[in-house]
Amino acid sequence: MTNTPRPDHWPPAATIETLRQRARLLATIRAFFTARDVLEVETPVLGHAGSTDPHLDSLSLEATTPAGRERLWLQTSPEFHMKRLLAAGSGPIFQLARSFRDGEVGRRHNVEFTMLEWYRPGFSLAELIEECEALIRTVLPGDPGPLRRRRYRDLMRDHLDVDPFQSPLSDLRRRAGEIGALSMDDADRDGCLDLLMSLVIEPTLGGEGIDVVIDYPASQAALARKRIDPEDGVEVAARFEVYLHGLELANGYDELTDAAEQASRFAADNRQRTALGKPAVDVDRRLVAALEHGLPAGSGVALGVDRLIQLALGKEFLAEVMAFPTPRC
Amino acid sequence: MANYSTNEFKGGLKVMLDGDPCNILENEFVKPGKGQAFSRVKLRNLNTGRVWERTFKSGESLEGADVMDLDMEYVYTDGDMWHFMKTDGSFEQYAVDKKAIGDVEKWLKEQAVYTVTLWNDNAISVSPPNFLELEVIETDPGLKGDTAQGGSKPATLSSGAVVRVPLFINRGEILKVDTRSGEYVSRA
Repeated sequence: MTNTPRPDHWPPAATIETLRQRARLLATIRAFFTARDVLEVETPVLGHAGSTDPHLDSLSLEATTPAGRERLWLQTSPEFHMKRLLAAGSGPIFQLARSFRDGEVGRRHNVEFTMLEWYRPGFSLAELIEECEALIRTVLPGDPGPLRRRRYRDLMRDHLDVDPFQSPLSDLRRRAGEIGALSMDDADRDGCLDLLMSLVIEPTLGGEGIDVVIDYPASQAALARKRIDPEDGVEVAARFEVYLHGLELANGYDELTDAAEQASRFAADNRQRTALGKPAVDVDRRLVAALEHGLPAGSGVALGVDRLIQLALGKEFLAEVMAFPTPRC
Repeated sequence: MANYSTNEFKGGLKVMLDGDPCNILENEFVKPGKGQAFSRVKLRNLNTGRVWERTFKSGESLEGADVMDLDMEYVYTDGDMWHFMKTDGSFEQYAVDKKAIGDVEKWLKEQAVYTVTLWNDNAISVSPPNFLELEVIETDPGLKGDTAQGGSKPATLSSGAVVRVPLFINRGEILKVDTRSGEYVSRA
């Protein structure tokens, strides 16, 4: 289906007053980091490599560069370039970066959006959660309520009576199939858990305060370290996600620094992409080289700024805080 | 018919699901922070009128349904089928069966224009106009001062529908009624 752009859609989706408030909130965010001696950086939106994450679809384009005609990728987040700065000795850094995710369209998604990403060498995950909370409290006009840490396993047990680590795959498929009214017979564990998380658990999160989900299954580590949960003895991902009013706001990692492990996760991602019928993505060999050089241990987090602004201004749709969301661009 | 992928799902798109033609009402993209994306879709089954809520994995696709809504004038019934005629000057007629006519049977009036939904060129449902003018063929004479039922009484209309009307309405009068709520609006 092709859509002819409608000329009467020339005005911005957000009001000029909302854009003024948005500008003030962005200034507040910059002041927050400046006061904490975190350096603002700018890295390219285009790169020679894309995100291999099997569930992110990168956009790519062709451009004439000093090397000739090349394929370049629009970033899904500024992570790779920022980690190269960290490896080069930048110290703590933050960036407000335009990011692009193909196909992500809806009430809380736009193909092009603004990501606030920051890295804290030497920070534990707990310290970064604290800083993330402080930022959210600084930006929101009212008190969002207390912060609660919610273990992934407990959420699944309490809401769905399934154990993400131990329930047999057949149980997970049956539960997910019932809840989504679809066949999950060919889904893997993570596919089932993603459905249960999206449809059942997420809507309950962040209603009474800031909910921070921790201790994800190791298979959902993405670029986070894995560790053994001291309480349960199972391997978990050292990762957190922040939820407020059912919206996923931020996603933080105790960053993977092992170059060989990084390279093998890239390769595994691309194998999974192929299995899913998705194109393989050019792997970031410069990131692997930077990790070989040495990435300081620490934590980093990416926060959806448009969503935070949406909550701060009490808007129902993400598009209401953007000048020109994709349908109007 | 073409196939439509979840990222093409939007309100008004007609697709086939479980062998029935459906109209997509809503499509919400959901995705946990990291992980697989899904589409939560509300669809109306055009054969039964029921609304289904289904979840699809991102990238799944459904076959399009050859469904059209056409304006047609009600002509007559032969007892088994109800006959409608296109209003485009072609005089082309469609026969509608009992299942497709459903509750609309009691709102049929000759020469009034209805929306007939065709699937593969067969009529599967009929929607009446929001307002119709119909004659009262049966009602009790209203008793002055009888307010026990809120000052209203049942009246049978020429189409067969029974609506509650004010006590002053008499047999033979033409009334304007709202077919969506089944309520009396005014004298016509």
